[in-house]
Amino acid sequence: MTSSTTEIEQLIGKEYDKGFVTNLDADTFLPGLNEEVITALSAKKNEPPFMLEWRLKAYRHWLTMTPPEWAFVNVDPIDYQQISYYSAPKQKEALKSLDEVDPELLDTYKKLGIPLEEQERLAGVAVDAVFDSVSVATTFKGKLKEVGVIFCPISEAIQEYPELVKQYLGSVVPQEDNFYAALNSAVFTDGSFVYIPKGVRCPMELSTYFRINAANTGQFERTLIIADESSHVSYLEGCTAPMRDENQLHAAVVELVALDNAQIKYSTVQNWYPGDKNGKGGIYNFVTKRADCRGVNSKVSWTQVETGSAITWKYPSCVLTGDNSVGEFYSVALTNNYQQADTGTKMIHVGKNTRSTIISKGISAGKAQNSYRGLVKVLKSAENARNYTQCDSLLVGDQCGAHTFPYVEVKQPSANVEHEATTSKISEDQLFFCQQRGLSAEDAVSLIVNGFCKEVFKELPMEFAVEAQALLGISLEGSSVG
Amino acid sequence: MLSIKDLQVNIGDKSILKGISLNINPGEVHAIMGPNGSGKSTLSHVLAGKDGYTITGGSIEIEGQDLAEMAPEIRAREGLFLAFQYPVEIPGVSNIYLLKAALNAVRQHQGLSEVDALDFLTLVKEKIKLLGMDEKFLYRSVNQGFSGGEKKRNEILQMAIMEPKMCILDETDSGLDIDALQIVAAGVNSLRSENRSFLMITHYQRLLDYIVPDVVHVLADGRIVKTGGPELALELEQKGYGWIGQEE
Ligand SMILES: Nc1ncnc2c1ncn2[C@@H]1O[C@H](COP(=O)(O)OP(=O)(O)O)[C@@H](O)[C@H]1O
Ligand SMILES: [Mg+2]
Repeated sequence: MTSSTTEIEQLIGKEYDKGFVTNLDADTFLPGLNEEVITALSAKKNEPPFMLEWRLKAYRHWLTMTPPEWAFVNVDPIDYQQISYYSAPKQKEALKSLDEVDPELLDTYKKLGIPLEEQERLAGVAVDAVFDSVSVATTFKGKLKEVGVIFCPISEAIQEYPELVKQYLGSVVPQEDNFYAALNSAVFTDGSFVYIPKGVRCPMELSTYFRINAANTGQFERTLIIADESSHVSYLEGCTAPMRDENQLHAAVVELVALDNAQIKYSTVQNWYPGDKNGKGGIYNFVTKRADCRGVNSKVSWTQVETGSAITWKYPSCVLTGDNSVGEFYSVALTNNYQQADTGTKMIHVGKNTRSTIISKGISAGKAQNSYRGLVKVLKSAENARNYTQCDSLLVGDQCGAHTFPYVEVKQPSANVEHEATTSKISEDQLFFCQQRGLSAEDAVSLIVNGFCKEVFKELPMEFAVEAQALLGISLEGSSVG
Repeated sequence: MLSIKDLQVNIGDKSILKGISLNINPGEVHAIMGPNGSGKSTLSHVLAGKDGYTITGGSIEIEGQDLAEMAPEIRAREGLFLAFQYPVEIPGVSNIYLLKAALNAVRQHQGLSEVDALDFLTLVKEKIKLLGMDEKFLYRSVNQGFSGGEKKRNEILQMAIMEPKMCILDETDSGLDIDALQIVAAGVNSLRSENRSFLMITHYQRLLDYIVPDVVHVLADGRIVKTGGPELALELEQKGYGWIGQEE
């Protein structure tokens, strides 16, 4: 039994293969945060005055706040004066086509497996690539414009569609919502903006690849997606970051608004650099993602596969405001080595006949800690609300931990809230069985883990499902069953 | 094919196998019978390379190669197959996925390309029919919610797909009703060939009515205490295992 433990421990030590650094001439602010920095940032982005005021209001509120300490993670204190709040690759003029993009940048995307030109030509996926703080290239704009879909960097939306931005920005995640959301509201640099007009089914999946490159740069994206009445959209978000010894902060805010009969499907594959196998370096991923199912019969599905980051603190949530609205959360969170994840969801039932489903799969390997934290809240107004929660943990080896923190608050007696939870280990018998069928120990672990995640993977769009499976294999390499 | 010489095995400090010798030639079918706890599963696990056993003496070889030197998956790819007494469940992994992964592992080891998707489907459907299983089983999670008999049939299905040369069946007959036993036996018999050998581990003689062995060994307390032809199995059935012990 000892021999299998060491064997599987050896299997985990695979290197992070997205950890290269792109050498670009960057326009970067000196580290530090104050009202001047925010004013300068807003000016850099040619923002209208309302935006600067909005940011300053968030900043002033942030100064009064302290970081949350309730999550089951250990965070070294972050010195916010040591972070640079703006970094952009230097480019002289606006780009007319991908041909004008710095070839090194395009190369970076190629290494990440998303050659933009190819995607534009072949894949039928519209990509809004965020490189550090600015959006580098947005493809497929023309095709989307034909049907009235707006898909652009949020910085552009602030200039081009200020009324939409004013109406919806902060309407789901208010500036003062939490410490990281307030910080993001003050200093967010870029992100994506999506508006799907009434009755439109977005003709393709929209996708954003974020990438953190410059050292000591915090990345603060802000994403806002509005699905107007009876519209549909599927949005894919993928993330990777280079290897660095110091920790990098990633504090994003994502807001989704679904109006009457609208549907939004938001899928994430998060593979930020997790730190090395001794726990050095890695991304701090503190993200606020929330959807408001504002309209009747609206529906939002969050699907996430989280394999990266040193620390993940993330609870994609749904506020089910509209009657008959539906919220779903499908999650795979894998932690290995010294990674820590505290993730889950909140389903807030406000409207009548609202329904929510939570399927969470947590996998811990190495010395990692993985927590599910979920809140199901049924307000007095939410007659006949229904929730089903299933929360499964899988342990790979015996030095890791899984924790479940379900919170349920029900104020409406007709509500029906169900919770199921399991914890299991990959058994030596399962592993041996697979090996007896010719699979290496590594492939066996990956097979068993993939099986464990099946209910979530089947919710992912096809291309993402394939990527997610491969990612699990890579992330588990070197992990051992003891 | 398989050569076991004076094999001694411990679990921890406890001696389980106390010197077993056995030689199986290509094409032969041997049966090992013995009471519960005599070490039958231990032998099968050691041959397949499971952790937790210490070989304290003797040797095990397949076609002249030292088995003890090989990782379990290498033994499998070399053609040593174990049908488990207690097959495990793998939630979320479809049977057909496992079958394909297993076949490709063997093919890759033999320097062949991955099996073509269509050829594979044809092959699987042919084999599953042979075992009287519904095609629905292909898309269910491995052994999950299967009855005892279905699990055993599933083991033989895996064997039929991987086409091993040395097949070890650990109490494949237990938990089968008579119809299932006949189907499984027919499946095994259809795989018999001059290049393929079998080691049938069983507690009861009835399996051997359908798969007639060339040689029968009786295992008691970690030792082979008697070896003979098929008639030995019948004798055991009539007189019980107590008879062996008394004779010693
Ligand atoms: N993990 C173990 N630890 C200690 N003793 C074991 C273990 N597994 C099996 N044994 C013992 O080894 C002996 C042989 O068991 P086994 O090979 O399973 O017998 P059989 O298959 O013939 O019923 C039994 O006495 C059993 O109790
Ligand atoms: Mg046994």
